Amino acid sequence: MDILQIVALGFLVTILSLVLREQKPAFAFLLTVFAGLAIFLMLLEQIRFVVRTLEQLADQTGVNTAYLKTILKIIGVAYIAELGAQAVRDAGQESMAAKIELAGKMIIIVMAVPIITVIVETVLKLLPA
Amino acid sequence: MNVDVNAIFQIAGIGIIIAMIHTVLKQMGKEDMAHWVTLIGFVVVLFMVVRLLDRLFEQIKAIFLFQ
Repeated sequence: MDILQIVALGFLVTILSLVLREQKPAFAFLLTVFAGLAIFLMLLEQIRFVVRTLEQLADQTGVNTAYLKTILKIIGVAYIAELGAQAVRDAGQESMAAKIELAGKMIIIVMAVPIITVIVETVLKLLPA
Repeated sequence: MNVDVNAIFQIAGIGIIIAMIHTVLKQMGKEDMAHWVTLIGFVVVLFMVVRLLDRLFEQIKAIFLFQ
């Protein structure tokens, strides 16, 4: 990936937003959010490649696809929650960012419940009655 | 690079120009017009951001959530 481009973009956006913040703070916030989204969109192509590879590996080894799907969903939720929380934190709304992170954690726990259940059931099966 | 980097410069440019127009209109004594201009500029930029956000969410959904 063109890391140089991304770093240059980050510097540029930082400088532009510093200039803009003196005049219109809201515009500076939107600019940083836009730049963050753009960088994330660039990275998404790479992430897609990794995910496809993981799927192929799971297919070959015969892992239950439900587990892989759950894990991928959890990763997706984590990315989205992190992105939103960072954007909101940039705007200075620390408590709102904390709420978004809390929501992300709760949703991840709820998604992980089936896997945890399976683990506990397996352990119970291994134990002598 | 699939994302238009020009859009970032567009947003920064819109912000600076809106700030200039705001100052000029304020100097002319048209406070309410100045505020309208700021609001409209803000909505335009917000629209760009929301469209990109929608694109990002669609892609994340396609990759992680539903395959």
